Amino acid sequence: MGDRSTRLLWPVLGLPAMVWIALFFLVPLYVVFCVAFGTVDPVFRSPVPTWNPLQWQFDQVEVVWDRLFGPDNFYLPAVLRTFAYIAIAVSACLLISFPVAYFTARFAGKYRGLVLALLIAPFWISYMMRMLAWINLLQPDGLVNAIITLGGTIPLEVNWLSGKPYVVVMGLIYGYVPYMLLPLFAALDRISPSLLEAARDLGASGFDLFRRVILPMSVPGIVAGSMLVALPMMGDYFTSDLLSKSPNTAMIGNLINLSIATPGQSGQAGALLLVVLLVMLVPMVLYTRSNARAEVRS
Amino acid sequence: MTVSAAPAEALLAESQPRSRRRLRGSSEARAYGLATITAVYLLWALVPVAITVLFSFNSGRSRGVWQGFSLRWYTWDPTGSVLNDESIRTALTHTVLLAVLTTAIAVPIGVLFALALDRWRGRLPSGANFLALITFVMPEIALAIGLLFMVTYLATPFGLGTWAQVIGLVTFQLAYPIVICRARLLTIGAHYEEAARDLGASALGAIRRVTLPMLFPAILVSVILVFADVLDDFVIVRYLSSDAATETTSMRIYQTARAAPTPALNAMATIILVVSTVVIVLGWLAYRRWAARQGDAAVIKSLAGNL
Repeated sequence: MGDRSTRLLWPVLGLPAMVWIALFFLVPLYVVFCVAFGTVDPVFRSPVPTWNPLQWQFDQVEVVWDRLFGPDNFYLPAVLRTFAYIAIAVSACLLISFPVAYFTARFAGKYRGLVLALLIAPFWISYMMRMLAWINLLQPDGLVNAIITLGGTIPLEVNWLSGKPYVVVMGLIYGYVPYMLLPLFAALDRISPSLLEAARDLGASGFDLFRRVILPMSVPGIVAGSMLVALPMMGDYFTSDLLSKSPNTAMIGNLINLSIATPGQSGQAGALLLVVLLVMLVPMVLYTRSNARAEVRS
Repeated sequence: MTVSAAPAEALLAESQPRSRRRLRGSSEARAYGLATITAVYLLWALVPVAITVLFSFNSGRSRGVWQGFSLRWYTWDPTGSVLNDESIRTALTHTVLLAVLTTAIAVPIGVLFALALDRWRGRLPSGANFLALITFVMPEIALAIGLLFMVTYLATPFGLGTWAQVIGLVTFQLAYPIVICRARLLTIGAHYEEAARDLGASALGAIRRVTLPMLFPAILVSVILVFADVLDDFVIVRYLSSDAATETTSMRIYQTARAAPTPALNAMATIILVVSTVVIVLGWLAYRRWAARQGDAAVIKSLAGNL
């Protein structure tokens, strides 16, 4: 009898979370499908979800497809822009994170704890506050303009917050770089110093050491960090809204957010969201599976 | 790793004098170079935030020109200060309320799920685990829109507002307690619980009196992470809010940062920063007390490595 109740204990403990995930993760996802593959009320222009998958319509998806690749492709620039921004931001995050993480892992010595604490600090400063910080600095009468115009003596004032792509990309890098730093630090910290010295003794130059030992061993950190930075950016709309507020820097997230805000376009927002999720499905699943497996192995 | 390091160490012992001398010069220069990059990065990362905090104490309306120190935007400005502007006050209290409610729900069910996953193998639990973990890389907007549609088109017992926000946040945060507690459970191993069972404890009793106390640091870290992350949340809380009463500080920054706001906005952001710092410090103190009570240096060390 004790045995049976023990066997039942684990499912009972796991039940709340599983019910929660089913109700508030799977059901909402299904509703997105039903709205995206549903119809639109002819009078009120409001979406009418189709609950039966056998009756799903593909009108909304076709609208989105047309806007992406059809003659009326005004979604396409934002999509290409998003990929370009993400590519630049991820590369920059990597370039910044590598030396910083390597220093913290190998050379920080007695300051290691302090440096790590400072690296983690941006995690508990809210994203919005960090964007506010840059708005304060870059606004027309902000510190940056005060410095480059030497307090207003030279007419070099720049309107930084009006559709400047590089400001938005800088904001993305600033906002997301901590998510690259930590996995990279974890990977680099695992490389034993004696291994590096051994490579040296076997004749490796500094560059060889980097290319043939450090870089290959940090690949898991690079991959994890790039995923953690790149994938959430696919839905980011607030960085562009706050640092530019111009359609010139609109990203995929802005397209989705605008469709949600526009009456009658919820279906298109849902369809666009599904397209985005479909594109991201493979990397998301690979990342999550490798993570779950690494967890079990450790 | 350890396998390949062993012969490397043997090699090292043989040729140490020569290699040490050769290494030191270039390695030191490299360390200084890297230290400079790190210092520049940290300045870039933290100085803008420090300036934001500084300007919350500005006595003028500007957030770019310093006009003297004052607490005007915290307390005494008759209309615009945090104390006297009701909408800012509401945003602050609502943000903290969401953090408390979300932590109170997400951490317990996440911890229980981690305990269950530790011994209940099968497609169902591992599938649920997979769905929880995918939230780490899934754009928040997907979950937010899903829940928004669900509340709009299904007859849910809750409408937009506080509870919809809490439900979205819990779903999004569930992964933290699960991942952290599972990692800790794997290092604890099964033998403590088995010993307790051998000594006559029931399965539930062993969890309650042996496993849960050993999980304490992991639970603590989960609480801190979930709490701090909810204070930071924007996408979910915005899509699922209903009116001014369910506005959070992040929404306030989003809506007013570009519209000529006063340093009160900086003051509000600073207060949230203080709240999350206090939570982290309290968590650290609680961990220290727990570790001291354990009194076993080895246990403390192994945990510190884990966290």
